Amino acid sequence: MNGEKKKQIRGKDLTLWQRTYIPEIMKGMALTFKQILRPKFTRQYPEERWNPPPSYRGRPVLVEEDGVERCVACGLCARVCPALAIEVQGAETDLEKERYPEKFEINMLRCIFCGFCEEACPEEAIVMSDEYELVFTNPEDAIFGKEKLLMSTDRLKTRLEFLRKAR
Amino acid sequence: MDFLLISTVKVVIILLVILTVVANLVYVERKISAFIQNRIGPNRVGPWGLLQSPADVLKLFIKEDIVPAKANKFIHTLAPVISIFVALVTFAVVPFGDTVDLFGHQVKLMIADVNIGVLYILALTSLGVYGVALSGWSSNNKYSLLGGLRSSAQLISYELSMGLSIIGVIMIAGTLQLDRIVELQRGFAWNALFTPIGFITFVVASFAETNRLPFDLPEAEPELVGGYHTEYSGMKFGTFFLAEYANMITSSALIVTLFLGGWQFPFLDRLGFSPLWISIIQVLTFVTKVAVTLFFFMWIRWTIPRFRYDQLMNLGWKVMLPLALLNLVVTGGLLLGGAYDTLYELIT
Repeated sequence: MNGEKKKQIRGKDLTLWQRTYIPEIMKGMALTFKQILRPKFTRQYPEERWNPPPSYRGRPVLVEEDGVERCVACGLCARVCPALAIEVQGAETDLEKERYPEKFEINMLRCIFCGFCEEACPEEAIVMSDEYELVFTNPEDAIFGKEKLLMSTDRLKTRLEFLRKAR
Repeated sequence: MDFLLISTVKVVIILLVILTVVANLVYVERKISAFIQNRIGPNRVGPWGLLQSPADVLKLFIKEDIVPAKANKFIHTLAPVISIFVALVTFAVVPFGDTVDLFGHQVKLMIADVNIGVLYILALTSLGVYGVALSGWSSNNKYSLLGGLRSSAQLISYELSMGLSIIGVIMIAGTLQLDRIVELQRGFAWNALFTPIGFITFVVASFAETNRLPFDLPEAEPELVGGYHTEYSGMKFGTFFLAEYANMITSSALIVTLFLGGWQFPFLDRLGFSPLWISIIQVLTFVTKVAVTLFFFMWIRWTIPRFRYDQLMNLGWKVMLPLALLNLVVTGGLLLGGAYDTLYELIT
């Protein structure tokens, strides 16, 4: 570290007392006993949940604003997805944005939570949420359609603010 | 008739107590290990996880009992029985209290008042190796066999120093009777103070005898899968598990009896309690001493890493055996010089 080479200690350098192991054993015992009295790190998970920071990449969701998704079905997310988890089918609409996704599916068994879709999205329409509990009992349930993916802006507020700051 | 009845009652009580304590020791050990590692440990089953052990035992009973193909079925079944038998039977000669007057009977608080108690213990602890070695051999599995071989080599090496360190105690007490040995350790005249070297060698040897860390080579997971009990499942595995903890209790009880004054509470007779209270306090003293020793066993386990095999043999033959012999010489010399008599007068 500071340029000085630490001298290597060999068995023959030790005194007889040190060679009996006893001082080191006592040091170790003192250490473990101290640990008994220290506070515990365990989190009681199902009761005591972890709230991820805004930088956390949970499951990807579609941002819902005024009851409609922001997505314009450009397909960039599907293009950039390295795991080929996203499938988008666009259609036309009378709304200002002119196009909307008729079908938007993410296969959560394929998703690797890389966040590329979020980065690629020009509309800030797909973002990573703070949800980390994903359980399904068969492969069909793992394909999340629009109804499961939509999440309101209120719920995603911290993430959206974080993204604006980061960009 | 009376003798038979009293003995049976004592046997039943002690067996029940030991088996319950053994089951709950697993819970205690898990808690202690968790605390040492800054965790909480089992706390889901029942209040504070106290029902964890019953749940585990129930699980072991329900599980399938697998005997590997080409295994010697008879010996495969016999081995865990030997293990637990030895662990439990050794407790028969351990005195856990003085003689009590109960319902008009003079009841000695030990199961069998054998006048060669120490010999009995040495004989049975060396039987214990059969359980491990036979289970390793009969499983028809190379890792089990290696575990069994290791344990026999280990037990033979450490039994020597164990026996020799007991001889120091026998020289001081002049008897092989365990209750007499305890009686002589009045006040603070504990044998641990008279033969400190013998005490240390005996404690280290008991760690090796019980196959506990740092001497748990017979079941070293990274090298031998599970060691001698690799091929065991269900309650047969559970029996080995129980035997390990029963062995721990027995070893702790022996350490306490031989070296730490047994059920003697220092200067209890001067405090002026009624005889019944004195007996109760003595039994509680014994239980507390054993509990502290058990905690020490677990504390060591979660502190010190496992020895390498050659280190184990070096320690056994080149350190422990000479130390035990040295202990004999020193004890003998002090005994001849009359140092113990003056010391004994001073302490008691």
